[in-house]
Amino acid sequence: MRILALLLVSVLGAGRAGAQWGGELKLALHSEPRTLNPAMVDDDASETVRYLTGGVLVRVNRLTQQPEPALARSWKILDGGKTYRFQLREGLSFSDGTPFTADDVVYTIEVLMDPGLHSPVGDSLRTGLGSVLASAEGPYAVAIRFPAPLAGGVKLFDQVAIESRRSPLKEAAVLGPFHAAERKPGAFIRLERNPQYWKTESGRRLPYLDSVRLDILQSRDVELMRFRRGELHLISSLDPDQFEELSREMPGLARDAGPALENEFLWFNMSPSAPLAAHEKEWFGSRNFRLAVSHAIRRDDLCRVVYHGHAIPGVGPFPAVNLFWFNRKLAPHAFDLDLAKRLLLEDGFHPEGGKLQDRAGHAVEFSLVTNAGNKARERIAAMLQQDLAALGIRLNVVTLDFPSLLERIGKTMQYESCLLGLNNGDVDPDSQMNVWLSSSSNHAWNPRQASPATPWEAEIDRLMKAQASEAVAARRKALFDRVQEIVWEQAPIIYVLNRNALVAVAQPLGNVRPSVLAPRVIWNIDEIYLAGTR
Amino acid sequence: MRRAARIVLAAIFVLMLGANVFAPYGYERQFREEAAAPPTRAHPLGTDAVGRDRFSRLLYGGRISILLAPAAALVSVAIALLAGLSAALLGAAWARVVSAAIDLFLSLPWLFLLLAVRGLLPLNVSPGVSISVTFALLGLLGWPGPARVMMAAAGRQSRSDYVLLARAGGESGWRVAVRHILPNLAPITLAQFWTTAPAFLLTEANLSLLGLGISEPMPSWGNLLRELQNVAALPREPALLVPLLLLVATLSCCQLARAADEVSI
Repeated sequence: MRILALLLVSVLGAGRAGAQWGGELKLALHSEPRTLNPAMVDDDASETVRYLTGGVLVRVNRLTQQPEPALARSWKILDGGKTYRFQLREGLSFSDGTPFTADDVVYTIEVLMDPGLHSPVGDSLRTGLGSVLASAEGPYAVAIRFPAPLAGGVKLFDQVAIESRRSPLKEAAVLGPFHAAERKPGAFIRLERNPQYWKTESGRRLPYLDSVRLDILQSRDVELMRFRRGELHLISSLDPDQFEELSREMPGLARDAGPALENEFLWFNMSPSAPLAAHEKEWFGSRNFRLAVSHAIRRDDLCRVVYHGHAIPGVGPFPAVNLFWFNRKLAPHAFDLDLAKRLLLEDGFHPEGGKLQDRAGHAVEFSLVTNAGNKARERIAAMLQQDLAALGIRLNVVTLDFPSLLERIGKTMQYESCLLGLNNGDVDPDSQMNVWLSSSSNHAWNPRQASPATPWEAEIDRLMKAQASEAVAARRKALFDRVQEIVWEQAPIIYVLNRNALVAVAQPLGNVRPSVLAPRVIWNIDEIYLAGTR
Repeated sequence: MRRAARIVLAAIFVLMLGANVFAPYGYERQFREEAAAPPTRAHPLGTDAVGRDRFSRLLYGGRISILLAPAAALVSVAIALLAGLSAALLGAAWARVVSAAIDLFLSLPWLFLLLAVRGLLPLNVSPGVSISVTFALLGLLGWPGPARVMMAAAGRQSRSDYVLLARAGGESGWRVAVRHILPNLAPITLAQFWTTAPAFLLTEANLSLLGLGISEPMPSWGNLLRELQNVAALPREPALLVPLLLLVATLSCCQLARAADEVSI
């Protein structure tokens, strides 16, 4: 009888491949979530909470980067990408028991498109002039119509958490694996398993975990310390020094998931209104000058020394890990001092007493601003200093607090060059429209242009707009491939390197398959289990 | 003790000022194949994260910190002395103005002020200029603390019998100040200098810890101390502690020398 009971317990207590049910997963958020309203999410912490609680029609598999059915059993793309028809799963309920129907999807789209709400999620679904309309075509079928083709495709629905029209809890009623149970501002958020979650394993509703505790910890050092003590189960982003320390101290817990979409890059101020000397504007406007700088950078050294090998040389807006969108014809600008010197000579630059001078005899010297407090970035800047000294260029590194830096690069334009990084969470080029369109305020090197300042910027504008309204993926890819080529040829942004996704996962966690895409470790949260305590 | 402290201080000064002679390498030279290396014969204190020789950077960094912190202290103490003397001599109304100015400066959030001023400076300046500006700011902003002490001391002196006698003898205010009060303020001025110089040394270290002090590739004790932020690396790389030990030794020797001065006054 005892053996039978044990067998029963083991069968009920284990899911796939020894997975165990129950337990509380503990991890850290680096800031207080600004909102728990899924329609208003605009920061990383809120995004994490939405990912854990929100039910979506389609979920992007973070390993394959392909969309997979979630609340929608299937979908069809009609009218050349202007209409998406979803067939929903039947018999599902929100966390409070309210039934889920097509009307909830219609309601969600209405909320996102409410002009009074200014939903960031809604903005990403706006494709042109006109309204986005959703209509129920039966209790479990819904059609969403866009005024122009939705270039980002069905993957965009990965961030649309469905809300209930009828639940009295409104956005607090969720369809995701967890629901918010307790919140102490500045301290933690505790999520409990959603008893109505739609996914099952061995006839039992997932997730395996009973709860998730999200501690608000701004300091990454404190986060690491608490992980070491066993008070946190995972860290989704380690810096290279922390990774090395942890690898030495607790082998096997630190994992390198491979090159991520996060990159480090520099650019020159090419704004005609910038308060710079005319000869400096001439340098920075010279394609040969920019390319020479790029070819003088020893990217391999930067990856090896600063990132201890956990980075790859940068090529362009996306690295090869972006399986679909990366242009595989491109390679990083190779370190080649001779080529760099030839390029400079072509534009009248010449060495004089060990220093580079331009045609008019001005010594080539400029500043590179970056944000204070980022050790890796400061090391990159120090190494760039030595790399450019080989060309006779004197680089003055200036670290500024972040608000001052943003003021200079975004408003006053009082800077010469800037080194920054981008945590690019989206694999789709649409997410970079605000970088590449010459009219954009985020067009780093020369923002807010009334009309494109150069023919190649005009071509980038045309290509980016064309890909945004193109429904056929292969044609979009061809258009964005050309954008990547132009950026590679003109080097308005000099891509230095791509950081690897470095994470830490405690031993008791099972079914963890870290991805390079956000949210990295917990992307398959409903499958993750705790195999006891450390 | 005083003699020993002064010998140690002198030795540190000689080592730092002679960095060009004693340092095996330039402070900016990067040995990228030996980045973050432990101490070896070639690099007695190992190399930093980008492969620069820590020993050389310690010497060059010390030269900057040791020369410029006292220079800034000199500026601060000079302003403080002027403020204190003028408050003592120019009447109650002016003394109230000076006192209000001291209170105002003491209540200013230094860090934000320095951040703002640093943000307003032209970017494309050499590290040398950037260093000078940093210490000049420290010198110009650091006077209120010493000024309060000077003001009290100068006030006491101005009310003393010998000053009354000099004034009764027809000596002008500034002549009294220069001939009688100033010599009597010398010990306190010296003490303020010895207190302020190490404080500036630490302030520069704090600014560097925030990334706002001396810019790359120039070293200072402040930016060398930043490596201590990686506490976990200390057991493996005890050489990281050397700048801290040297700083503590220098400050201790300054304090010892100052204490000896005060006793000898």
